[in-house]
Amino acid sequence: MRTVQAVAWKEIQIYFSSPTAYIVGLIFLALTGFFFTQDLGDPFPEATLTPFFDGAIIVFILLAPALTMRLLAEESKLGTIELLLTSPVRDWEVIVGKYVASLVFFLVLVALSFFYAILLFVYSSPDLGPIYAGYLGLILYGSAALAVGLLTSTMSNNQIVSAVVAMGILLALFFADRAFGSIGGFTGEVIGQMGFRGHFDDFERGVIDTKNIVYFVSVIAFFLFLSIRTLESRRWR
Amino acid sequence: MIQAKGLTHYYGPYPAIQDVSFGVRKGEILGFLGPNGAGKTTTMRIITGFVPPTHGTVTLDGYDVVEQSLDARRRVGYLPETVPLYTDMSVNGYLKYMGTLRGMSPKVIKTRLGDVVDVCRLGDYRKTQIGKLSKGFRQRVGIAQAIIHEPQVLVLDEPTIGIDPIQVVETRRLIQELGRDQTVVLSSHILPEVSMICDRVLIINEGRIVAEDTPKNLAEGLQGVDRLEVEIGGPVAQVLPVLRGIGGVNDVTHVNNNGRHTYTIQAQAGKDLRDEISQAVISNGWSLRGLQMVGMSLEEIFLRLTTHEEL
Repeated sequence: MRTVQAVAWKEIQIYFSSPTAYIVGLIFLALTGFFFTQDLGDPFPEATLTPFFDGAIIVFILLAPALTMRLLAEESKLGTIELLLTSPVRDWEVIVGKYVASLVFFLVLVALSFFYAILLFVYSSPDLGPIYAGYLGLILYGSAALAVGLLTSTMSNNQIVSAVVAMGILLALFFADRAFGSIGGFTGEVIGQMGFRGHFDDFERGVIDTKNIVYFVSVIAFFLFLSIRTLESRRWR
Repeated sequence: MIQAKGLTHYYGPYPAIQDVSFGVRKGEILGFLGPNGAGKTTTMRIITGFVPPTHGTVTLDGYDVVEQSLDARRRVGYLPETVPLYTDMSVNGYLKYMGTLRGMSPKVIKTRLGDVVDVCRLGDYRKTQIGKLSKGFRQRVGIAQAIIHEPQVLVLDEPTIGIDPIQVVETRRLIQELGRDQTVVLSSHILPEVSMICDRVLIINEGRIVAEDTPKNLAEGLQGVDRLEVEIGGPVAQVLPVLRGIGGVNDVTHVNNNGRHTYTIQAQAGKDLRDEISQAVISNGWSLRGLQMVGMSLEEIFLRLTTHEEL
């Protein structure tokens, strides 16, 4: 456990001292701020974070890979992976440590967006349910996106390749529901259910369904598992 | 301490090393010597558990590097050839991090950090960011991280490559000091370095071990002939036949170096011809300016072993 902590702590320090993370944070807040204010100009604006959530999940398709691309790709590039893997550290400890670090940074970003919620509370009395559920959904969604990014970072020693592949996977998962309509039948249903969007929508409406929580947790577990396996397979290549 | 049996490793269809077996005793300094691409780095990566061998086994202190990988890895300190460092960390932070990864508690790291920094002479640079250090200092940081957890086995891949001559001397001395308590395996393609530091040398070429002995024995065993270098003041045309006429002389070659005539004499094995030669020179009225026995240098042995050519 101490090694997980050490790996995570090192990465967190790098996050908070590197420009990339701050640029990611800036873009996240700028874009989500834009989405948040979009509906406020309506004659009868609704006190809701839904536009913010809708924007955030799209923005995060681009930003999650930017946060995770460095994690293992750089270790491979610098060669430090050789020292990491020859230290008495288990592969899962490396992956979990790195993942926790990206999660911490992501949670800080999410916490910064509480500003929007506070504004709502100051100027009106919004419905609480969709905000709580929406944030839970956003955190699960973001965590899943980070797990995808971590996997692609484990697979390549090129950060750009890692980020682009992660974006591809995330976009595919995001639009999987659309495929449902065009394919139809059982196959279409299966593909549709794999998509992020449908599972996220419930949260946004204020519904906390175990099914959706299980879905996101499974996605996280699946991609972390693949990351560990990929790291392991480096030893055999 | 280290037992390697029948190590073979393939990168795709190409064997990097084939059937490499060796043992290293506790407290011994073993040197891997070979040209680039001979399989030194691959062998070291196998010892440290970074890549598993395609065939064969390695045990460290009785622990198999593949089967009991964590136990084996706990006992190894490793300096890869490229000296991989996190350039945006401070020296202190980096060493602490590596110590923690090797399972040291913060308290132990704190006391050990001072020692390691002293040994590697990093005292003034503890708070410096690694990216700002020169190559020589990075090398020291690399060695510091390899020894911070007091490993029983130290694996150093080309530890003196790319640093200036003064630092090379310092690094060699440091390795020799470390070799007193620890088992050290190092690789190099610099021959004098290996003969200077190592107790035993493995010469590796095209993935196979071609010779294994102490540096001294290698030089002696492969010599076969004794060689003498003589500087004589006298007419070359007369000196050469006289030297060739001495019993036991196999061959004489002559070099004119700005009027200084040096002759290299190949004598039959085990024969000491110094007396005969000096007498011959003096009785002819020439002057004997120098007389020296020269063994076959490690370079020559190395070339001979790795190029299949007779010198």
